[in-house]
Amino acid sequence: MKAKQPSRAVRLAQVCTLVAASVSLASTASAQDSSDPIVIPIHNWNSQIVMSNVVGQLFEKMGNSVEYVSTDSQAVYESVRLGDVTLEMEVWEGAFGAAFREALDKGGIVDAGDHNAVTREDWWYPDYVAELCPGLPDWEALNACSAKFATPETGDSGRFLGGPVDWLKHDQERVDALGMDFTVVNAGSASALWAELAAAKKRGEPIVLFNWTPNFIEAVYPGSFIEFPTFEAGCDTDPALGPNPDATYDCANPPNGYLKKAAWDGMAEKWPAAYATLEKISFTNPQIAEMAKLVDVDELEPEDAATEWLENNEDVWSSWIN
Amino acid sequence: MSASPALPAVGGQPAKASWILAPSSANTVGLGLILLAGALVLLKPWLPDALVRLPSLFVLPFADALNWLFEFVKDDLGFVHVTRAFAGAVEWLLDVTGNLLYGKNRWPRLEPIPWTVVAATAGCLGYWLGGWRLALLGTGTFIWVAVLGQWQWTMETLSVLIVAVPLAVLLGLCLGVLAWKSQRAERILNPILNIAQSLPHFAYMIPVVIFVGVGPKAGAIVTIIFAVPPMIRMTLLGLRKVAPEVVESGEMCGSTRWQLLRHVRIPTARTEILIGVNQVIMQSLAMVVLASFIGMPGLGQKLLQLLQSLKIGRSIELGITIVLLAVMLDRLSRAWAMRQPVHFDKGVPWLQRHKVLVAWVVLCVGFYLLAQVFPLAAEVGRRQALTLSKEFDAVVDVFLTFVDPVTLSIRAFLITSVLIPLRDAYLWLPFSAVVIFFAGLGWRLGGWRSALICFAFVGLISMSGWWDRAMITAYMVSFAVFLSALIGLPLGIWAASKESRARRALLACDTMQTFPSFIYLIPVIMLFGVNDVAAIAAVIVFGVVPMTRYTIEGLRGVPTSLLEAADMSGANRWQKLTRVSLPMAVPTIMVGLNQTVMFSLFMVIIAAFIGTQDLGQEMQRALSSTDVGKGLVLGLCVAFMGLLVDHLITQWGARHARTAGVSA
Repeated sequence: MKAKQPSRAVRLAQVCTLVAASVSLASTASAQDSSDPIVIPIHNWNSQIVMSNVVGQLFEKMGNSVEYVSTDSQAVYESVRLGDVTLEMEVWEGAFGAAFREALDKGGIVDAGDHNAVTREDWWYPDYVAELCPGLPDWEALNACSAKFATPETGDSGRFLGGPVDWLKHDQERVDALGMDFTVVNAGSASALWAELAAAKKRGEPIVLFNWTPNFIEAVYPGSFIEFPTFEAGCDTDPALGPNPDATYDCANPPNGYLKKAAWDGMAEKWPAAYATLEKISFTNPQIAEMAKLVDVDELEPEDAATEWLENNEDVWSSWIN
Repeated sequence: MSASPALPAVGGQPAKASWILAPSSANTVGLGLILLAGALVLLKPWLPDALVRLPSLFVLPFADALNWLFEFVKDDLGFVHVTRAFAGAVEWLLDVTGNLLYGKNRWPRLEPIPWTVVAATAGCLGYWLGGWRLALLGTGTFIWVAVLGQWQWTMETLSVLIVAVPLAVLLGLCLGVLAWKSQRAERILNPILNIAQSLPHFAYMIPVVIFVGVGPKAGAIVTIIFAVPPMIRMTLLGLRKVAPEVVESGEMCGSTRWQLLRHVRIPTARTEILIGVNQVIMQSLAMVVLASFIGMPGLGQKLLQLLQSLKIGRSIELGITIVLLAVMLDRLSRAWAMRQPVHFDKGVPWLQRHKVLVAWVVLCVGFYLLAQVFPLAAEVGRRQALTLSKEFDAVVDVFLTFVDPVTLSIRAFLITSVLIPLRDAYLWLPFSAVVIFFAGLGWRLGGWRSALICFAFVGLISMSGWWDRAMITAYMVSFAVFLSALIGLPLGIWAASKESRARRALLACDTMQTFPSFIYLIPVIMLFGVNDVAAIAAVIVFGVVPMTRYTIEGLRGVPTSLLEAADMSGANRWQKLTRVSLPMAVPTIMVGLNQTVMFSLFMVIIAAFIGTQDLGQEMQRALSSTDVGKGLVLGLCVAFMGLLVDHLITQWGARHARTAGVSA
């Protein structure tokens, strides 16, 4: 793996090892974190940005230097692998599980443990839609009023607004497996989902779209997930599971997917103290929602929100940094 | 997304068909091919499958080959160490500017420069280059930035541009000189430049991630790659134009070759080179938002974050900042290009000759001291800053409420009666008919050479395996270009009828061109929903700009003597427009059309963020899975479409000039 690192980093690492070796010869000094900055990636949703800033400010309290870099949330795993960024705070089972596993197979990245928080990603509707379609959140009730969700491009069947195709959500497979009268239209970005939601709310139009929790949108537009047939492990590979004996994906997405932390495999060696802290860090759903709220509702900047969160929650993080 | 009229990618040579085949016979062959294409369309139900879609046997695995090539160059040749070392040097420069502008914790570890000092510097520079108006523009921009609490992000953006722009200029200058010196270098560079200028941005962002990594350095390098082609072209153009007399006089003074270049040729080509610099600046600003996908910090990154949480008002504030920066840097660099050396009479005191310099030093020292006493003069924090976001949100809301009933009613009609049938028609076409049609069109316009070039472009797209997606892109772009022309042409004619109106319209064009397109994707989705109408509407907003601009420029360029002659022969306004002005302006308008196609191709890829099923959607996937080969193949498909149109329009222009020359 060393060959794939930036050459400067290699040289620095060599110098560090030399220095470390000579120091350990001279005394029994404990392993020190490198003075190079820990590079933390930030993406384009606020809970992740605030959480990354919280962790960054914790590292700074421990005497490390930290830098933030904005990257694509899928491509980041390649960067972690190469050591260009040091860690990733939010690995969602549903959205990034595939990219993460692929990176694990290639090597260079390690699993730094789970958050307490669980994630859920599934079909979702804002509250006012419940009045337009009685029987929700049951999926059969949704299917019964599919015509109300029709749009010009879907003809007579209802429209489900899915996330970008690269989120690999298998919505079409589920529609087919459950025999639903819906057509899947993929939005190109999360912004497109929210723009459609805002417009539909304004017009009072029925809409059913892809959503996830924890997410800021819960605070702005209250709503609920559609209840599909209960998730069973293997429902996506074994046709026998789920209500349709001949099809896969005939059940809900996992209702409590993991939220992991990931790190470059050189982190434990280069910044041992910071890595130990990273392994201990674990946020809960309410904590993540609170971080997002500080930015999305209270209009703080992410870095200020992180500082404020740290001030209010010292009892939470004090045990992590020792 | 290019920020200013990038030079049209000039492909191919003027047709020399006349000596190979007589024009009449060229026309017959061309016409024959077009008729054959028509016959294939009519006979489609009876065609063998191999003529409808290229058999998979002939679809070549370009992506795998490119991936293999990239792996080989990267690891086996170890090229990645070269690029990473270069990136390391760039990063060092970025650390220095980052420290000076926004206090990044790197060498030389100084306090960031107070905003008042930067604003005063911009004011003095503006005054020195172009008097009070530019001084006001320079200072005003930075006051806006500071007062709205965007200082940090703006400085993050500028810290990258300050490194990227000079490097792009230097690189462009060197390559331009190289191309001018050596015919072979030019012959190699020319097609690369053509493709580079028509390749969608995302396509070359993927290799940058692999060879350079992510972060500000990647942002800087992708900006350099994007901005360098116009610099090369303008340098070459400038050096070519240097009159031999000037060079001879240099030789007579006994100059060496280096002295000739350094002191004679480059200064004489100054205007073109400085226009190249201006282009570099504008292209760099156009990359501000897109480069944030691979780690460019600052305004673009913040803008995407705000849009993701649907804060339109605040993202409009950032959009205005980007426009202001672009307009300011454009006007300053243009003033620099036009500036003539000032000569003072003998005996004018030093102080008077350098009064702006002295004023600048005094102001800087003054504001530095002030900033030590009043922190507000050093930095305006987010909490003390003003914001207009509520007002902008209200304006957008009123606009949406007002327009919504209109768009809602046309949306259903457009989708079911126009767009879906049109898309199906494009997809229904046999690929063989499309290939033969363009070969025929090429033959008619530019002879067998053109036919071959067109055949190659369309043929390669069909061999890439992305034919259906390419046809969806083609359908969206052609419909958007058609509507853009329908809107832009009358708009340009109306604006050109009065000089003051023309100037205002051109300013509006500048603004539209640099305003980050991501911001208006959101209102467009709110009005039309996630579908092709929204994507096409977004493309039109962008595509109308060059159409309008070049129509105005074309009509303004009509010699007044011709218009006077028309007046004297008693032509009314309509006759004057249709018989004199428009025919004279047609070549310029066609350049505008060419630009509209290029802009639309760029924008339709970005419209993937709305949700499309074309090449752009696949490109987005390639970016998130860092698949270099796939990204490049898709990018080349888009580039070939652009180059095809560019080639046809260039050939048409050459033909038009010949016939116009004959009839005159």
